[in-house]
Amino acid sequence: MLLSIIIFLPLLGVIAIALLRGMGPSAVKGIALFISLLTFLISIGLYTGFDANIEGFQTNELLRQKTTWIADLGISYHIGIDGISLWLVLLTTFLTPICIIAAWNSIEKGLSGFMMSLLALETGMLGVFCSLDLFLFFVFWESMLIPMYFLIGIWGGERRIYATIKFVLYTMAGSALMLVGILALYFQNDSSFDFVALTQNGPFDHSHLLFLAFFIAFAIKVPLFPFHTWLPDAHVEAPTVGSVILAGVLLKMGTYGIVRFCLPLFPEAAANATTWIIPLAVIGIIYGALVAMVQPDLKKLVAYSSVSHLGFVVLGLFSQSHIGIQGSVLQMINHGLSTGALFLLVGMIYERRHSRMIVDFGGLAKRMPIFATFFLIVTLSSIGLPGLNGFVGEYMILLGSFINAVNGTFSIWYVVFATTGVILAAVYMLWMFQRVMFGKLDSTNESLPDLNPREIVLLIPIIALIFWIGVYPNSFLKPMKMSVDEVVKKVDTTQNTPAVGQLEYIDNTVEPLQNNETDKPMLINEEEQSK
Amino acid sequence: MALNLIVILLISPFVGFLINGLFGKWLKGNEKLSGSIGALAVLVSLICSIIAFGSINSNPDNTLEGDAGVLYTWISGESFTFNIGFHVDALTSIMLLVITGVGFLIHVYSIGYMHGDEGYTRYFAYLNLFVFAMLILVLGNNYLLMFVGWEGVGLCSYLLIGFWYEKKTATDAGKKAFIVNRIGDFGFLLGMFTLFAAFGTLDFGSIFTEAEAGNYQQVFGVSTLVVATLLLFVGAIGKSAQIPLYVWLPDAMEGPTPVSALIHAATMVTAGVYMIARSAVLYELAHTGMVVAWIGVLTAFFAATIALKQNDIKRILAYSTVSQLGYMFVGVGVGAYASGVFHLVTHAFFKGLMFLTAGSVMHAMSNELDMRKMGGLKSKMPITHATFLVGALAIAGFPFLSGFWSKDEILHSAWGSSPFIYIIGLITAFLTAFYMFRLIFVTFYGNSRVESETASHLHESPSVMWLPLVILAVPSAFIGLLLGIGGHHSWFHEFTKKVFPEAHGEVAGNVVLFMVISSIVGLAGIAFAWIRYKNRVPAEESSNSVERLVENKYYIDEIYNTFIVQPIKSGSHFLLWKLFDTGIIDGIVNAVAAIVRWLGGTLRRLQTGVVQAYIVSMVIGIVIFLAFYLFVVG
Repeated sequence: MLLSIIIFLPLLGVIAIALLRGMGPSAVKGIALFISLLTFLISIGLYTGFDANIEGFQTNELLRQKTTWIADLGISYHIGIDGISLWLVLLTTFLTPICIIAAWNSIEKGLSGFMMSLLALETGMLGVFCSLDLFLFFVFWESMLIPMYFLIGIWGGERRIYATIKFVLYTMAGSALMLVGILALYFQNDSSFDFVALTQNGPFDHSHLLFLAFFIAFAIKVPLFPFHTWLPDAHVEAPTVGSVILAGVLLKMGTYGIVRFCLPLFPEAAANATTWIIPLAVIGIIYGALVAMVQPDLKKLVAYSSVSHLGFVVLGLFSQSHIGIQGSVLQMINHGLSTGALFLLVGMIYERRHSRMIVDFGGLAKRMPIFATFFLIVTLSSIGLPGLNGFVGEYMILLGSFINAVNGTFSIWYVVFATTGVILAAVYMLWMFQRVMFGKLDSTNESLPDLNPREIVLLIPIIALIFWIGVYPNSFLKPMKMSVDEVVKKVDTTQNTPAVGQLEYIDNTVEPLQNNETDKPMLINEEEQSK
Repeated sequence: MALNLIVILLISPFVGFLINGLFGKWLKGNEKLSGSIGALAVLVSLICSIIAFGSINSNPDNTLEGDAGVLYTWISGESFTFNIGFHVDALTSIMLLVITGVGFLIHVYSIGYMHGDEGYTRYFAYLNLFVFAMLILVLGNNYLLMFVGWEGVGLCSYLLIGFWYEKKTATDAGKKAFIVNRIGDFGFLLGMFTLFAAFGTLDFGSIFTEAEAGNYQQVFGVSTLVVATLLLFVGAIGKSAQIPLYVWLPDAMEGPTPVSALIHAATMVTAGVYMIARSAVLYELAHTGMVVAWIGVLTAFFAATIALKQNDIKRILAYSTVSQLGYMFVGVGVGAYASGVFHLVTHAFFKGLMFLTAGSVMHAMSNELDMRKMGGLKSKMPITHATFLVGALAIAGFPFLSGFWSKDEILHSAWGSSPFIYIIGLITAFLTAFYMFRLIFVTFYGNSRVESETASHLHESPSVMWLPLVILAVPSAFIGLLLGIGGHHSWFHEFTKKVFPEAHGEVAGNVVLFMVISSIVGLAGIAFAWIRYKNRVPAEESSNSVERLVENKYYIDEIYNTFIVQPIKSGSHFLLWKLFDTGIIDGIVNAVAAIVRWLGGTLRRLQTGVVQAYIVSMVIGIVIFLAFYLFVVG
C-alpha cells in the first residue's frame, strides 16, 4: 500500500489544485510543496523498510502490491521495488520538492498549471520505476510525456515548440518500437504482462529483435550517441525546473529500462550487442565532452556533458561486470544530483541576468561568493573528484569494464578511451567555471545579488548528498547489491565459466581479515597455482 | 601505531579548513586569529608526526608492522573492498615530518606574507585543506586512498594557483595545472585498474607480498607489472612535472609565493617520487626503473637549460624544481630509493627556503619578480640574502651542505647503472650551480637598479617572515650532513632500510672521488656565474638564435598549443558540433520530419471533399480487390 500512496499522492495534489482553483498563488505553491514534501517523507519509509537481503523485488506487502486490473488481457496493477528502483524512486521524490522551491518565484503565468504538471509528472515517473507489469509500465511511460510536453511547451523559451515536438516525437518513435516488443513478450508470457513472471520465462523467440526494440526506446531516452540531438534543444528551451527533472530523472528512465528489461530479459542478445553498444557509449563519452567544451550556452554545455556522463553509465551497464553495473546504478543517482544541481545553479544566474551565454559572465566569484562555493562543489562533483559522489560511480564503472575487458569480453582500448573522459571533463567544466566565475567583474554584473536563503535551502540537501555518497557510498551500494546480483546472474548465464588465464575469485586465506566485513577475495593465477 | 594518533594527525588540518572555510566571513576582521588557527592546526599534526616518528625510530622492526589499520570500509561490493586505511612506516614518517614541518613554517610565514589580502581566510582554508590532502596521500595504505590524496592536492593546487582569481593568467595557470595533472591521473587510474585486475586488491601490503611471491593474475602476460608500473609512472610524470608534462609547474608560480614553496617545491610535486619509492617492490620486479631514471635525467638537464636564460626569479626556481625532481627520479629509477627520498627531504628544505626568500624579496619589491630590475639587495635585506645564499649553496652542491650529500648519492648510484645518466647528471649539476648564482649575483649584488619609488621603502621583511627563513636555513645547511654522512650506510639509509628492497649490486667506485668531482663541478658553476654576472645584467633579448630558443623555453608551450590544444578546440567546434552534430545528425532528424510533412501534405490532396472523387477511388479499390481474388488467390 505504501508504494501506491507514494505514487498517487502527487496526483492527489493535482486534483486538489484543480478543485481549489481561484486560490492565490501562494496557496497553490503551498499545496504543491506540502504534497511533494509529504511524498518524500513517506518515501523514506521505503528505505527504512527495505530489506537488503532479499533477492529481486521486495516482498513486504507495504512495498509490493498486485491487483488484477484487466483480467481478460492479463493486465494487473503490480508494483514493487528492488535495490535499483528504490534509489530512483527516492531520487524522484527528493528532487520534486526542490524543483517546486526552485520555481517559487520564477513562474509568472499559469502557476497552478505548472505545479499540476510537475506533480502529475512525479506520479508518472514514480509509476515507471515501480511498475512490475509491462502494460502498466507503458501507461506510466507514455503518461510522463504529457506533463513534460506542457512544461517545455508552455513555460519554455523562444524555440520551445520546436524543442517540444522534437522531444515528444523522438520519444514516441522509441515507444512505438517498445510497444511492439511488449506485445511480442506478452504472447510468449502465457498472455500476461506480468514482469516477474516474465523473468522466470525465457529465453524468448526473436530475442535479438526484441532486445533491439526495447534498447532503441531506452537509448533515445538516455540519450545514447547518436540519438542525443533532442536533448540540447529540450534543455535549452525548458524552464529551469524542466531541465532539472529532465536531467535528474527522465534520462534515468533510459538507463533504468536497460538494466530492468534489456539485460535480464535478453541476456544473450545484450551480450552480443556489446560489440556495438560499447563503442557507441565510448564515442558518447568523448564526443559529448568535446562538443560540451565548445558550447557558448551554459545549458547546452551541461546538456552535452550529460551525453558524456550517461555514456559512462551505459558502458558500465554493458560491461557485464558486477562492479560496473553497480557503479552505473550509483552513477545514475550521482548524475541526477550533480547535473540537477548544475541546472539549478544555471537557472539561478539566468534569473538574475537573463542570459545563459558564457561570454556575458565573468568574475562572479567576487560578487557572489556563496554561489561560487556551491557552483565549485557541484562542478568538482561533475568532474569526479574523489570525496564527492561522481568519483565513486565513475571509478567503479571504469574498473568493472577494465576487468572484463582484460578477460576478453571486449577490447581494452574502449576502456582506455573511456578513461580519457576523466581528462576531458576537467577541461570543459573548469574552462566554463573559469569564464563564468573568475576574471574581472563586468559592470553589467555588478549588481547581481548573491544567493538568497530560499536558494541556499534548496541547494544544501543536494550538496549534503554529494558529500555523503562521496565519503560513505556503502549506504547506497549495500541495498542495491542483491538486485545487481540478480541482473549479473542473468547476464552471466551466457558467459562460460572462466577459461584458463581468466580471473577466478577464491576465498582469501593468506591475508588475515582486517575486519569482519572484509570478505576480501584474492585473485590468483590458475597457472601459477598449478605449479 | 595507534589509529587515534593518525586520526588526530590527519583531521586537525581539516578542522582548520572547516573553521576558516565556513566562518571566514566572521574571521575576516581578525587576521591574526585566522592565520593562527591555520598554523595551529598544522602544529598539532607536526606534534603527532614527531610522536609517530619517535615510535618508529625506537621500534627496530619498523616496517609493515607500522600498519595503523582500517578506519572504515569506503567502497565495497561483490568482489572488492576498498578501505580507508592507513599505513605508517619509516618512509611515511619521514614524509609526515617534511609535510607538517615545512608546512607549519610556511603557515607561520604566510601570516605575515598574506597580510592585508582580501582572501586572507580563504587562503588559510585552502592551505589547511592542502595539508589534509597531502597527509591522506602519504598515509593511505592502498593505491586508491593515495589517489584520493593525489587528486585532493591537485584541487588545492588549482585553487591556490588561481587564488587571485581576477587575474586571467592566474586562473589560466590553475586550470592548466589541473588539466595536465589529470592527463597524468589518466595513467594512474589505468595503472590502478591493472593492479586490481592482477591482484584483486589495491592494498600495498598484499600487492607487494603477492608480487614478490609471483602470486598474481598475469593480465597482460609477463609484462603485467611492466604495464602497471609504467602507467603509474605516467601519473608521477604529471604530478611531479617531468617531460613531457612539466609545463604546468612554471606557470603555477602565479600563485602566492608561500604556496609555491609548500606545494610546488617541498611537498605536492614530490608525490610522484614518493609513489615510486612506495612501489619500489613493483619497479624492482618489473625492471622499469631505467625508464624512470632516463625521463628523470633528461628532465633535469632540459629544465636546467631553460633556467639559464630566465629573468623571473620565481620561474628560475620553478625550472630548478623541475630539474631537481628529475634528480629524484634518477635516484628512485636506478634503484637508489633511499637516496631519491633523501634528496626529496633536503630539497624540501632548501627549495622551500629559496621560495620563501623569493617571497621576501617580492614583499619588499612590491611584487616585482624581474631580477633585471633588482640588484644590490644584499645591503637592504641582509637576512634574506644570507638565507637565500644558504639555499643556493645547498642546491649547488657546495661541500657538506645538504644538497651535496643527497645529490652526490644519486649521481654515485647512477654511475653504477649507466655512466651516461651520470654524465648528464653531472653536467646538470654544473648548470644548476651556474643559474642559481646567476640569480644571486644579479639580484643581490652589483648596483641597484631598483626604481626609486620602490627603493625608498625597500626593507627587510617582518620577523614573522624572516624567522621561518632562519629556521629553515638551519636544516637546509646541515640536514644532509646529519642524516647523510656515511653514504649508503648513513642514518637515513639505515632508517629506511626495511621499506626498500635491497639495492641491486654494490655501488661501484670510490665514494670520496665522486664527492670531489661533484664539488669541483659545483664550484666551477659558481665561479662561472661570478665571472659572467658579477657586474653584468642579462640583456633584454639575445641575438643568438640558440639563446633565443632557450629564452623562449624551446617554444614547448606554443607547440602544445598549436598542435594539440587548438586542433582539439576548433575540431570540436567546427567538425563535431557544427558539421556533425547540427549538420549531419540533426539534419537527418529534420529531414525525416520534413519527409513526413511532405508526405502528409501530398496525401492530404486525396481528401478533396468532392464526392465524385471518393466514388472513383472506391471503384478503383473494388476493382483491385476483385482482380486480386480472381487472378491471384482464386
